[in-house]
Amino acid sequence: MLKRHKKLIPDFKDISGCGISGVMSEAGERFSGEFIIRSIANMHDRGNGLGGGIAAYGVYPQMRDHYAVHLMLDDIKSKKETESIISNWCTVFGDESIPTKPHPKIQTRPILHRYFVDIKPEVLNRFNTDDEDEAMVDMVMRINQNVTGGFVFSSGRNMGVFKGVGYPEDIGEFFRLDEYEGYSWTAHNRFPTNTTGWWGGAHPFSLLDWTVVHNGEISSYGINKRYLANFGYKCTLQTDTEVVAYLFDLLVRRHDLPLETACLAMAPPFWSQVDRMDKKRHKLISGLRMVYGGALLNGPFAVLVGFSGGMVGFNDRTKLRPMVAARKGDMLYIASEEGAIHEICDGPETVWHATAGVPVIGRLKDPKRILGEKGAARLEAMTKMMPVVDSQPSQGGLPASEGGLS
Amino acid sequence: MIIDAQGVYYKKVNELIHQAVDGGAKYLELVNVKGQRYIGTGLPEGVELVIKGVPGNDLACFMNGARINVLGNAQDAVGNTMNQGKVVIHGVAGDIVGYAMRGGKLFVKGDVGYRAGIHMKAFHDRFPVVAIGGGAQDYLGEYMAGGVLVVFNLNDLTSPVGSFTGTGMHGGMIYVRGKVEDYQVGAEVGFAPLSLEEWSFVEKLYQEFTKDLGLKERPLKKQEFTKLYPKSARPYGNLYAY
Repeated sequence: MLKRHKKLIPDFKDISGCGISGVMSEAGERFSGEFIIRSIANMHDRGNGLGGGIAAYGVYPQMRDHYAVHLMLDDIKSKKETESIISNWCTVFGDESIPTKPHPKIQTRPILHRYFVDIKPEVLNRFNTDDEDEAMVDMVMRINQNVTGGFVFSSGRNMGVFKGVGYPEDIGEFFRLDEYEGYSWTAHNRFPTNTTGWWGGAHPFSLLDWTVVHNGEISSYGINKRYLANFGYKCTLQTDTEVVAYLFDLLVRRHDLPLETACLAMAPPFWSQVDRMDKKRHKLISGLRMVYGGALLNGPFAVLVGFSGGMVGFNDRTKLRPMVAARKGDMLYIASEEGAIHEICDGPETVWHATAGVPVIGRLKDPKRILGEKGAARLEAMTKMMPVVDSQPSQGGLPASEGGLS
Repeated sequence: MIIDAQGVYYKKVNELIHQAVDGGAKYLELVNVKGQRYIGTGLPEGVELVIKGVPGNDLACFMNGARINVLGNAQDAVGNTMNQGKVVIHGVAGDIVGYAMRGGKLFVKGDVGYRAGIHMKAFHDRFPVVAIGGGAQDYLGEYMAGGVLVVFNLNDLTSPVGSFTGTGMHGGMIYVRGKVEDYQVGAEVGFAPLSLEEWSFVEKLYQEFTKDLGLKERPLKKQEFTKLYPKSARPYGNLYAY
């Protein structure tokens, strides 16, 4: 936990806002971070300057097979303590200060440092596994829970989270994101409702290459937190959104559910809708609801989940937060407001409002080219398995297909 | 008069509009609109605003008689607590269209999102009307207290409305062209065919709708429509009185 940079702003509670935006090239073309900054800045008034952040995929191509561990640190002492853990667990291929530039609106900041690492073979032996990700998750949890003044805010490969206290456009400029190029970007403009605005509490929340930006509230946080504790996830960030990142990691990476099915477990149809389904789907959804009851997300939310293979946008079951999507060529756009899409896309080919509980998914068309042999194999291992479930229950209303509204 | 909204903050855009109107402008064109909020707030009768682009949330909120034409899509909460006037959207609109609307007319050419017409209300000569050319998502007319919601379903969707239609409804009427199943409406809603008087209202509204949106009129039939009405003006009056 960061101590010194935790209480920058007094506690307060206010009405809800928050804005999210994501843009992805499914062809894997890399483009500057300036676009996502412009898009999220379009929704400036959805936030209040108490948190902004951006997740970027494909930004470390030279280091794409190593984990990029981003750290926030209170002081040199906590940096040394964290470094000793990292060097115990990992082979370090490089480390540096995360480049920033002085920004008039970012007045106080922690030490920001990044390490490019692999998990040491002897650590894997100790864990009795060949799964580096398992060890990395454990290391991240350990640092975030135990090190006073140290906090890992990004731990994936060829991706990074950049976040802090401020408006997202200012945070983006502060981190010089216009100088990076990535194929997929998500951003968040925070309007904290239940917890303080602190550097670690800004979105995106991240574990491995999962990132989550979120508008709304996860009312089921307590249940989700206790459910996740069974699997070794420790919620340390004092905020609800964290559970979404861990649930994706659990359901997709560890339990091998396809993305659509994982979303269905997190935002399932109501029992009244399940009752009207045919036998086969009834059995499937009832099963999912029973097995993954602890993963059900309640409350109003619109979330954007990023991972190396793409981007997932989805809403709560009654659509209590806005989400609109658009496509043009190989580009997919998802945002809280349509204006944020038009800001960076001239004449989208299709525009549609997301349907409650039905994910909008963008996927890399040729993962091998972008992620490399190893990265593509990891992605495949993570997203194969079970057949995809048609997640749209027959409940009337508009078709859920893309371009349902245009 | 043309106002270029490209990169202009919403407060400035609205200031420019109100300055122009205060200076006597009757016709305004806004171009390159990309999500600026509150456009048309409180504008009085006799003013016409044409918007090219995507106006932001709360378009025409508290509007007091002006007319707005949107040549594009709209975002959320169009016509929030609108008092009088008319908004015509030549595209689709997001969630909570006509939120707490108190008067005037709101036409959307395409589909609308969730909770369209939530808590619309009527009083004396104020009578809000929302007409939707496409279909609507769940919670259409939630807590509706007055006025009229019409779903023309001109794309002939098998199911033009979502679930939980009219949940908490205790006033006003919803007319839907197409099939609505029992399970798609709230407990407070009844089904009935349209009366002749109601049908003539819907027919006239359709003529106005097609004219404003430049659509080709086609013959609609009374029997294609279903009336969803509130079974009680005070469904929960006895909830806490046993």
